[in-house]
Amino acid sequence: MAAPKKNASQATGQETKNGSSRSSGLEFTKEQELAALREMLLIRRFEEKAGQLYGMGAIGGFCHLYIGQEAIVVGMQMALKYGDQIITGYRDHGHMLATGMEANGVMAELTGRRGGYSKGKGGSMHMFSKEKHFYGGHGIVGAQVSLGTGLAFASRYRGNDNVSVAYFGDGAANQGQVYESFNMAELWKLPVIYVIENNRYAMGTSVSRSSAQQDFSKRGASFNIPGEQVDGMDVRAVKAAAEKAVKWCREGNGPYILEMQTYRYRGHSMSDPAKYRTREEVDKVRHDSDPIEQVRNRLLDAKVSEQDLKKIDAEVREIVNAAADFALNDPEPDVSELYTDIYR
Amino acid sequence: MPIQVLMPALSPTMEKGNLAKWLKKEGEAIKSGDVIAEIETDKATMEVEATDEGTLGKILIPEGTADVAVNTPIATILADGESAADLDKAPAPAKAETKSEAAPAESKPAPAPEKPAAPQAPVASAPADPDIPEGTEMVTMTIREALRDAMAEEMRRDEDVFVMGEEVAEYQGAYKVTQGLLQEFGARRVIDTPITEHGFAGVGVGAGFAGLKPIVEFMTFNFAMQAIDQIINSAAKTLYMSGGQMGCSIVFRGPNGAAARVAAQHSQDYTAWYSQVPGLKVVAPYSAADYKGLLKAAIRDPNPVIFLENEILYGHTGEVPKLEDFIVPIGKAKIARAGQHVTLISWANGMSYALKAADELAKEGIEAEVVDLRTIRPMDTETFVASVQKTGRAVVVEEGWQQSGVGAEVAARLMEQAFDYLDAPVARVSGKDVPMPYAANLEKLALPSVAEVVEAAKAVCYR
Repeated sequence: MAAPKKNASQATGQETKNGSSRSSGLEFTKEQELAALREMLLIRRFEEKAGQLYGMGAIGGFCHLYIGQEAIVVGMQMALKYGDQIITGYRDHGHMLATGMEANGVMAELTGRRGGYSKGKGGSMHMFSKEKHFYGGHGIVGAQVSLGTGLAFASRYRGNDNVSVAYFGDGAANQGQVYESFNMAELWKLPVIYVIENNRYAMGTSVSRSSAQQDFSKRGASFNIPGEQVDGMDVRAVKAAAEKAVKWCREGNGPYILEMQTYRYRGHSMSDPAKYRTREEVDKVRHDSDPIEQVRNRLLDAKVSEQDLKKIDAEVREIVNAAADFALNDPEPDVSELYTDIYR
Repeated sequence: MPIQVLMPALSPTMEKGNLAKWLKKEGEAIKSGDVIAEIETDKATMEVEATDEGTLGKILIPEGTADVAVNTPIATILADGESAADLDKAPAPAKAETKSEAAPAESKPAPAPEKPAAPQAPVASAPADPDIPEGTEMVTMTIREALRDAMAEEMRRDEDVFVMGEEVAEYQGAYKVTQGLLQEFGARRVIDTPITEHGFAGVGVGAGFAGLKPIVEFMTFNFAMQAIDQIINSAAKTLYMSGGQMGCSIVFRGPNGAAARVAAQHSQDYTAWYSQVPGLKVVAPYSAADYKGLLKAAIRDPNPVIFLENEILYGHTGEVPKLEDFIVPIGKAKIARAGQHVTLISWANGMSYALKAADELAKEGIEAEVVDLRTIRPMDTETFVASVQKTGRAVVVEEGWQQSGVGAEVAARLMEQAFDYLDAPVARVSGKDVPMPYAANLEKLALPSVAEVVEAAKAVCYR
């Protein structure tokens, strides 16, 4: 297990080295804080509800929750513009909600209903939205990195200024095709941001047990791709780093790596007894550096009333409850759907 | 209103579990995320986290209870301002009350009608080959040139089409198939990749998702094994997994199967592998005209197409109609030679053996009908079934291995759809069940031969 290192600024217990984005001097306006809080709460409550529906047997198969990592997608999204392309792996519900995909459609896909984003044929790991430029949801670890590089290739081919964001975890960072993609992206100066969500465990294997180079920001070093470590629990730090990376890519300088230091509170999937880490470790991160509590506390310090925050919470709960309601009552796909969408 | 906590399912297969331990007491405050209990399943001991905030009102299932069915209420949580007096009002979360409390996990709360009509698989049908007007000039060219012309024409027609692969640009193609394309279209559209099959296949598919129409050349399909995850899991399945929202128009092409004296790792025939995958189209032509017309069709097809070429055939010449836009439809077999005594079914380089065998058989008074499948998926069953209905006998000729091969599929379809017409069991002539040997004599033995086809044809004719 990774021994938490003593670094006060990195509440996830990870050491930040060169070029880190610190939390100081990254102030948000009140509106930004409120927007970030709302987005992160939506993801948190959505995932809690998904966990509950899984427990009731309404969601089947695999279900990987994003709880704890919300600041990453929310902060990244704050630095992007419409047209930028997003792609990720299987822990993808947060990414979809952050790009503006509807909670109803995502939840209904989890329950395998016709109103789901993939008509119920994809499930938790396979959802897409052309409209939101969200290119999935991919179940094969690392595949999204080459695909995301291809999205950037298309932007470069067409000569537009879109940037592609390929999210993957510390586990996927050890896949061979990641480095094949790094090579081509730098060689061809493709506008792709590789966001490594380092939540410290690849399923049950800690970074220290799986990775020779544990500083993921350096994983592009032999391809000359710049990278930095970011406090992925602080939405302001994420946004600041994202802005820098986006600027680098839009200006035609090629790819950029952001290692987001984060933590997943729940198991790898629903059926993970999580015996590879202690309860104390989880509780400590939760208590010391929860991304949502950080924003909430700053807002309270800024004299936003508890009541106003509760109102946001209530609004978010309403959206999530409505999504659950929709997802449980929407019919399953028509049986004729078995043979559709194989060819076009 | 108080909220019921239900016995959760912690895996897709869990139906019941033991309530091992309560970690919170009645009356204790609970925050979302707190561990409230431990549950033992047959696989592991798991923690149950609260998803709601409040006070633990009442424990309904005491610790130590075994075999608690999933979805059984195990406790109630009181929200702010509620008291134990509210307990009997507790509803289950969300819509769980629609289910019987003791019912095991059911993934289908909205069951389909008793016995729904089984959906029917669509039947593939392709348009006929284009009419070639009388007087059309026929140009003799190599298959290599036919492929190059097909790509060049489609690249002129559509700015979104580009070629990528190892040595396709500066080197002019490892087998010179892309000769001249760099000079005409430039480095933006004719792209040399590093030797990185898995990576560039993924880059191609990603570009395809974004709407471009990549032609991805593999120096040989043997190297595409490194990329097969992207071909199958990403290219072939995404349209279905996205409910029709996202797919890719992409051609994976290159030489497949045995060349000459390159041994086992460079000689495998992958036709059967790709032909098994719904979402892919698989094309394996033989004649120069079909190479050209089918590659043009593949580039225009909105789906991923595996275009299997043959290195031995690259230098072969054939007549190609000089037409503005010569397209051969994917999914249509053709009668390469008419006959009435026996049907020889083949594709790609297998056709070389079949056609030569037909010549030999004719000398002995056996008129063989030779069917060139051209497309392996979707397979044009109709054409070869009609031929066998006429001849009553069939031999499948395949360079690849026999087990689970394309020949096995053809034979099965004949058994299913032409059983009453068969006068003899379907015979298969295929590559031998060995890795391809290097030694010239052994290599020859490992591949099908004209003599084997002749022998098999005579056997099914009982001659």
